[in-house]
Amino acid sequence: MTLAAHHLFALLSFVGAWFALGIAGLVQSQRIGWVARTLFPLGALVGLGVACVGWSALADGFVPEQWVLPLGLPDLPFHLRLDALSGFFLLLLGSAGAGISLFAAGYFREGEGASPGLLCLQYHTFLASMVMVTLADDAYLFLVSWETMALSSYFLVTTQHRIPEIRQAGFLYLLIAHVGAIGLLLCFGVLQGGNWQMTFDAMRDATLAPAWASIAFLLALFGFGAKAGLVPMHVWLPEAHPAAPSPVSAMMSGLMLKMAVYGLLRIGLDLLHAGPWWWGMLTLILGLGTALFGAVFAAVQTDMKRLLAYSSIENIGLIFAAIGLALLCRTFDLRLLAALALTAALIHSFNHALFKSLLFLATGSVLHATRERSLGKLGGLIRRMPWVATFALIGTLALAGLPPLNGFVSEWLLLQAFLSTPAIPHAFVNMIVPLGAAVVALTAALAGYVMVKFYGVIFLGQPREPLLMHAHDPGWLERLGLGWLAFGCILIGVFPQCALDATTGVTRALLGEVIHRGPAPWWIAPVSTAQASYSGLVLLAGMLGVIGVMFFLVRRMYHGRVRRTPAWNCGYPWLTPRMQDTAEGFGQPIRHMFGLFFRMQRELPSPDDSAPHYRIHIEDRFWHALYLPLARAVSWLADMLAVLQRGRLAVYLLYSFLTLIVLLVFVL
Amino acid sequence: MSALALASQAAGILLAIALAPLLAGWVAQCRAWLQNRSAPPLVQPYRTLRKLFRKDAVLATDASPLFRATPYVVFGTMTLAAAIIPSVTTDLPMARVADAIALVGLFATARVFIALAAMDIGTVFGSMGARREMMVGFLAEPALLMVLFNAFLMFGSTALPTVAEGTLTADGLILHPSLAFAGLAFVMVLLAENARIPIDNPATHLEVTMIHEAMVLEYSARHLALIEWASWLKLFNYACIGFALFVPWGIALHDADSLTLLIAVVMLVAKLAVAGSALAVIETVSAKLRIFRAPEFLSMAFLLAVLGLLVHLLLRS
Repeated sequence: MTLAAHHLFALLSFVGAWFALGIAGLVQSQRIGWVARTLFPLGALVGLGVACVGWSALADGFVPEQWVLPLGLPDLPFHLRLDALSGFFLLLLGSAGAGISLFAAGYFREGEGASPGLLCLQYHTFLASMVMVTLADDAYLFLVSWETMALSSYFLVTTQHRIPEIRQAGFLYLLIAHVGAIGLLLCFGVLQGGNWQMTFDAMRDATLAPAWASIAFLLALFGFGAKAGLVPMHVWLPEAHPAAPSPVSAMMSGLMLKMAVYGLLRIGLDLLHAGPWWWGMLTLILGLGTALFGAVFAAVQTDMKRLLAYSSIENIGLIFAAIGLALLCRTFDLRLLAALALTAALIHSFNHALFKSLLFLATGSVLHATRERSLGKLGGLIRRMPWVATFALIGTLALAGLPPLNGFVSEWLLLQAFLSTPAIPHAFVNMIVPLGAAVVALTAALAGYVMVKFYGVIFLGQPREPLLMHAHDPGWLERLGLGWLAFGCILIGVFPQCALDATTGVTRALLGEVIHRGPAPWWIAPVSTAQASYSGLVLLAGMLGVIGVMFFLVRRMYHGRVRRTPAWNCGYPWLTPRMQDTAEGFGQPIRHMFGLFFRMQRELPSPDDSAPHYRIHIEDRFWHALYLPLARAVSWLADMLAVLQRGRLAVYLLYSFLTLIVLLVFVL
Repeated sequence: MSALALASQAAGILLAIALAPLLAGWVAQCRAWLQNRSAPPLVQPYRTLRKLFRKDAVLATDASPLFRATPYVVFGTMTLAAAIIPSVTTDLPMARVADAIALVGLFATARVFIALAAMDIGTVFGSMGARREMMVGFLAEPALLMVLFNAFLMFGSTALPTVAEGTLTADGLILHPSLAFAGLAFVMVLLAENARIPIDNPATHLEVTMIHEAMVLEYSARHLALIEWASWLKLFNYACIGFALFVPWGIALHDADSLTLLIAVVMLVAKLAVAGSALAVIETVSAKLRIFRAPEFLSMAFLLAVLGLLVHLLLRS
């Protein structure tokens, strides 16, 4: 170890600390006070440390650190590298991870599936493996960390392994994760370009034939798309996220999906040189399709965690669309625009990590307080759980992309990137790309719809079940975790330039260009002040100012008298909670408008049915169009091969004999 | 950023707040004349406001703080929106703080808050209105954004004052075919977003057909006054967006003297009078659509705006 690699050394000690915490959990694995209340907050502190090191790697003039570990196979030592791109994702991982760990400290209880100590080990291994993914500088270490990440998260998803649905969801996740991993394995095989050097440095220097470069890109898009939930590989998200305990859902959605984004950026923008324009176009179209698909499906969900899972698919789609735009602009050497699109992708990744984790954790609190995940049985929790409701409101508004919170900043950057594309010297691309802005606008508006449904049905209105009257706010550790993430949402929204500053190192390293700096920390103007500028702080101050003045004036000139009575409801006094709009009702306009997206089965009662029964069942078309035929094909193939299995020794000896004959023919 | 600019900015906001009820009164008056009814006085909205502010607020027993905060938030967002739309002058310091994308974001904020407040008490009509409002909104919002994008692509800026200046300082009258599509789409969005016929009826008394009114049924007194005022301000804002995009003539440019500003105010009032009576005509000659048809109406607006974008891109290349 040299002094030059002290950042890496710090990160490795943090990884070691996480492992140590995991092992410490096993020592007294049944004592919840030790495992959850002591080890998890320590893990959160380590997360803050990771975030600090990641932050310092983003500073101007940071020289990437490299280090070869004396570990690994005899001729394949592990290579580590910390540069701006890894630094950005470490910052994301550490800061959002700290909030999740704090929450998890209060969340995990006894008697929920696997023993707490085991959970602690898997949880911290998961975090540590994600750090190693961002630090890996050779394909070998990358894939080892990638698989560790997939396996540890699989065990976390199946924490409550006694429930068959959860085992099934875990299996689906594991299957798609591994199909994606095969894509990555092949991708690295192509990238080494015949040198058989597995370090990323060698891959960067390798010159691939255009066709091979395209194959490598497609494999990377497939592999990372499967992990991120790009359509049509999205099917595991809505199954795995609801199955996992809420802090794990938050980690998977907020952090692990971002590792796929990291991987695509590493391979697409760093290891591969600028490719043909269709790389970007393909990513853009897949991303936009995914975004719209996710938003539409989120709007019709009736399970709060499934709804958030589909919303994650939507956000991943937007991030991939931004990456596609960056690739497209890089092909045409429009470096400033590429930097703008890449910045939008990075900021949106960060924002999504914050607000989606926040919302998943909030659903966890609701789940613990009510034991209910179905939107049809919740309601009115703002009066029982004011803390969670307040933090969830911030997350909801951020996810809906409303100013002055952070979701709006990334949406704004993305739209600016789309609007600045007319400089592309390719007529067809030039026509298509601004239409992408239309899809982004539609998706963002749909996200608003989804979030009103989510918040309104869970927290507002009357409790739909009498049990909800006993719901109460969680303890201080959980509140602290939620508050930390909500604080992040506000901070980035109000001081957007600070977040943008964190990305300049990345865009400079990957594209050799940075976007313009805004006039103040709270003021951004990424292309030029003449084209567009936005200031979250001034907007917030203006809004608060107007609200304050109006409040003061109304009180001063008139009065503040309030009388409390039962709800008016147009004079109808027999109001019951069952009269409220349900989650299904809220999804109805979307079902009506986007009918083509769904496979719907409706059961409507006949007019003279004495016990009428309404039911609607919505399914993903991809199951029936892609996955079930695929599964049938695989099992048909297996049946064909099973013919060979005769169960008689003589037949197997015959096979060996025939094989030998065939091989001899080749040899001679 | 000169002191004069700040002063005219503040004056512009106050003007918008003060004029918005007048515009609502004028539209109601025109509608009454066209429908052969005797018209309410022009200042009726001000009287309504005064009456409402004086009354005691009646709140449902379990209304949450969100319910009480919403009227102020909605009023605040609409006021801020008025600050970044060039209605009298293009010299707006606030326009550098929030461009037109942020403007659409502000409208969305108001919509989300009002829909959440409508769901807060858990009444039948409130949640139904919220769902309908969000349905109209999620189609109208991207349509408005697309209309604005048409203008942005022409002038290379997402700041509304720059767009208005671009049209004002152009040599001669340049006709952009794409703006025809955008204009039509904009009128449709304006009708939908301001709860006008054919999507909604501001004067309806039948709860089942309501959208906007259904959401505010539980509000009373000062809260209702603020919500109503904000909705009038929204109509005013939409009208001013339309002027800035399509007929910016009369808006004062940078460093205008006081006479020009005065003329600009007079022009604004004249344009509002014309636009208000046009709105009354549209509302009188059209029938309210069934709620199931509203998405078709709005997706047509969205597609028209996208078509405008395509026409612009085709003609340029």
